Amino acid sequence: MATQEQRTSIVWDYAPAPESPDHVRLRDSYGLFIDGEFQEPVDGTRVPTINPATEEPVAEVAFAGAEDVRRAVQAARAAQAGWAALSGLERGKYLFRIARLMQERARELAIVESMDGGKPIRESRDVDVPLAAAHFFHYAGWTDKLSYAMGGRSVEPLGVAGQIVPWNFPLLMAAWKLAPALAAGNTAVLKPAETTPLTALLLAEILQEAELPPGVVQIVPGDGATGAALVREPDIDKVAFTGSTGVGKDIQSALAGRGIPLTLELGGKSANIVFEDAALDQAVEGIVNGIFFNQGHVCCAGSRLLIQESVADTVIGKLWERMGRLRVGDPLDKNTDVGAINSREQLDRIEALVASGEEEGAVRRTVACELPSRGFWFAPTLFTDVAPAHRIAAEEIFGPVVSVLTFRTQAEAIEKANSTPYGLAAGIWTDKGSKAFEVAAALQAGVIWQNTYNKFDPSAAFGGYKESGFGREGGLAGLRAYVRIAR
Amino acid sequence: MTDRLPIRKTYKLFIGGAFVRSESGRYDRIEGGSGAAAAAAVNIPRGSRKDVRDAVAAARKSSTDWAERTAYNRGQILYRFAEALESRRADIGAPADEVGEAVDVLVHYAGWTDKLQPVLGGINPVAAPYLSFSVPEPTGVVGLVAPDSPPLLGLVAELAPALAAGNTVVVVLSEKLPLSGLDLGEVLGIADVPAGVVNLLSGRRAELAPVLAGHHALNAIVDASADAALGAEIDKLAAESVTRVRHAAPTRSYSDATADPLSRLEALTELKTAWHPVGA
Amino acid sequence: MTVARGIAGDYVYAALRHTHGVIRRLPHVDRVGIEERAATLGKRSIKTSAKEQGIRLAVSMVDLTTLEGSDTPGKVRHLCAKAVCPAPTMPEIPSVAAVCVYPSLVGVAREALDGTGVRAASVATAFPSGQASLDVKLRDTEEAVAAGAEEIDMVISREAFLAGDDARVMEEIVRVKDVCGDAHLKVILETAELGSYDHVRHASMLAMEAGADFIKTSTGKASSGATPGVTLVMLEAIRDYVDRSGRVVGMKAAGGVSNSKAALHRLVLVKETLGDEWLTPERFRIGASSLLNDLLMQYQKTQTGRYARPEDFSKE
Repeated sequence: MATQEQRTSIVWDYAPAPESPDHVRLRDSYGLFIDGEFQEPVDGTRVPTINPATEEPVAEVAFAGAEDVRRAVQAARAAQAGWAALSGLERGKYLFRIARLMQERARELAIVESMDGGKPIRESRDVDVPLAAAHFFHYAGWTDKLSYAMGGRSVEPLGVAGQIVPWNFPLLMAAWKLAPALAAGNTAVLKPAETTPLTALLLAEILQEAELPPGVVQIVPGDGATGAALVREPDIDKVAFTGSTGVGKDIQSALAGRGIPLTLELGGKSANIVFEDAALDQAVEGIVNGIFFNQGHVCCAGSRLLIQESVADTVIGKLWERMGRLRVGDPLDKNTDVGAINSREQLDRIEALVASGEEEGAVRRTVACELPSRGFWFAPTLFTDVAPAHRIAAEEIFGPVVSVLTFRTQAEAIEKANSTPYGLAAGIWTDKGSKAFEVAAALQAGVIWQNTYNKFDPSAAFGGYKESGFGREGGLAGLRAYVRIAR
Repeated sequence: MTDRLPIRKTYKLFIGGAFVRSESGRYDRIEGGSGAAAAAAVNIPRGSRKDVRDAVAAARKSSTDWAERTAYNRGQILYRFAEALESRRADIGAPADEVGEAVDVLVHYAGWTDKLQPVLGGINPVAAPYLSFSVPEPTGVVGLVAPDSPPLLGLVAELAPALAAGNTVVVVLSEKLPLSGLDLGEVLGIADVPAGVVNLLSGRRAELAPVLAGHHALNAIVDASADAALGAEIDKLAAESVTRVRHAAPTRSYSDATADPLSRLEALTELKTAWHPVGA
Repeated sequence: MTVARGIAGDYVYAALRHTHGVIRRLPHVDRVGIEERAATLGKRSIKTSAKEQGIRLAVSMVDLTTLEGSDTPGKVRHLCAKAVCPAPTMPEIPSVAAVCVYPSLVGVAREALDGTGVRAASVATAFPSGQASLDVKLRDTEEAVAAGAEEIDMVISREAFLAGDDARVMEEIVRVKDVCGDAHLKVILETAELGSYDHVRHASMLAMEAGADFIKTSTGKASSGATPGVTLVMLEAIRDYVDRSGRVVGMKAAGGVSNSKAALHRLVLVKETLGDEWLTPERFRIGASSLLNDLLMQYQKTQTGRYARPEDFSKE
């Protein structure tokens, strides 16, 4: 493994710029949010949630047991008819209130997101929280316009939605799930991820401040067992899951024979394709954004970099130099670019796959940076001489590791990009518009970014092909996932 | 403290984000003020053709910036307009119920800003190797002849869709009942709506509406006067520069205002279709 | 620094000098991407010791400038005194890099700056428009050099550039460099007039291939200057040129860098594009007039904790 060349001596260093958490109001201990109140778990447990950058506990939360999950579903059922009977306008007003409250408490939410999950404050502040508020704002506006989304047909909600969200964008994924469901008149039971329950619990407080009728939303943190219990609850009408492909398949299997609509947002091994006629410096920024944003803990991460051979050396050279400028460290420092790995388990998985890459003969380069002694860290890593059959080219690493392959022709790029059971996203870098659209049409991926990467908007549908899942979130499609044509 | 002399409100036009007197210096006297400064009769500006000219200039100047903002941003501003109107319910010279419905209309149209494109636009499945798409864009500067009744709700019912579609607006307020419209200027002043996006003129409808309709720099005009003769005159004047015209039926309630939002919105947009080859 | 040879998509700029009538091919710069990167770097949080040090660094890179019809020897002498010692009450503030004036006054500047380490720079070549014959532009340059200019800031012929005549643009730069002698040459692109970021990058490459010691954004007389996006485009062009040729070319950001925050933002762009070794007046300059006092005010705040009063600092 080659390491970064010794950096030249620093002439001007950024001083530490910590975002102060002193105005953040966190309880020592949170109950389960059921029927509008925080309640003690009946058969669940209490566990600490830790800060992966320090391994220190941030707060104690309750994990829901099977009985807790059942009570949550009951509360959602009891509230559903009343919620759906409200006029669209009135439902929308609740969602507008929630959006505005999220904007007011934005800084607090961003800090807690970084403390609980490990992502840089710059990202939680500039991406996660504003987008989450925007989702509520966008879907608030659909509540009284549903027929316009359905070709003039009148629609009704599905009923009670069971929703399971992952640890990589905890608050944002909660917004992606709750906003459209509520807008359409459904009620929800949301299970945040095991390692990142806090921002969902702050969201519960915001729901209380917005005076959302009790029972419309339940928030019940837990682990895999909690999620499994939720999916198996008999009285739910819809399931939406974002997480690994493995668990997604389990859920699809568990729902067999029940006729319950399902949305799955699963893993990916997305190809980021750089043609020789791309704006190369901007392509390098796009590559970096594609794989190092959120430490690579992104389902749609551009983890396979496909470079046209004629510019491969140049792009790799620029990329490596650019990677050397990434600042890895304290997530609460405003100048940090790459934060902590979310958990010990995830770090182990990344390290195992990276080791396999070296064993299989790929060439590894890892940025030389000082990493803190406590916490879970992995320095940005680049693999070249990667063959499509290598595990690092085929399996999702979900970490700050990019694997580089080359291609000669457009057809080869498309073929390589499509040779995967996944199909979530792809990036295309070329200055020739007609090529960008032709390649986009040929790629088997649900989200295509041309000359950019990792762009999200509440109005733009997002979702995958093949084993990256089915169903879409965002836009009209995201709304249609939560309604049926009125009988 | 009951002997305290109240400070009376001076009603002014709202042009380019500023409260100004009519450049003509003329005034009309009408019945009934609002809020703490209510008096038996008040003076309101009698707007002139030059005020119309200035208002259209202000609306034009602000139209590019307003149109280039994201739909999300426009939606947030319209929602803040709703927040501001709700908080001023007691001070606006209109019945509380009417104000409540006007607020709800603003909320409804705030939610339309980023829904227009998916509903009115789209990708066209052309029978050739091209990506062809159509997007609705704001028409630009919209004139609005406001109705007499209900004065606030009827005004907001036409103002909200015009703004939601990305246009800037010049309003000729009801001649008989202009006060709630002029008060709306004060609400706009606290609502983050950029200067020049909404302009409010009081005065004689017969003097102002034809000048507005005949202004060649206007892109569209909405006539909610329910006056057939005036409507015909507006049609003729608009024809001189192919200005788009919509005659709006009276809006009596929130339901009226939101029964067919798409017609109100679409009338004030231009559909742009673009083609790009697909094929390297 | 990695050395990447034969960048595909880049053009043989050296040969352009001799290829008249060939339709130019612009390099690709993605505007949205560039502006996002420049804006993200503007979010770097520069506090405490980093801010103090950054401000002092920025001061050392200022080319203190006066280019007015109303300039006189007296005004220039005042400016030179300020250039040498910007803040008598804060002796740790260094001198600026240079004083930049019209050719008719560079002799005055040179005399006033003699022995101080601050360099005397002059604009030349029918600044700011460049609308004159090549002969007139060369004579303008020769007179400035003869009067004592140690640095020459020339303008490219936008008239030739916009007509697509890259060969003539380069030829003029080569000829001006010839008559500069020992003086170093900064080539002003006047980025606001060029059309797009593609054009800015293209002009940067032309200037460097033609022998510029520095490439500079603007005359300060046009509608915009060293915006974050333009600055970043030019820094990236320099990076590729230096990688390919091995010759170091500096960058001067002039126009629109009007306060400390903007100056620090430009320093961040330099640091994170080219590296710390470029944070020196030998390789980076900021053309400014009112910036200097804002730097001094912000510096004073770092020392005293109080917001300063503008009048406490002399204009010249």
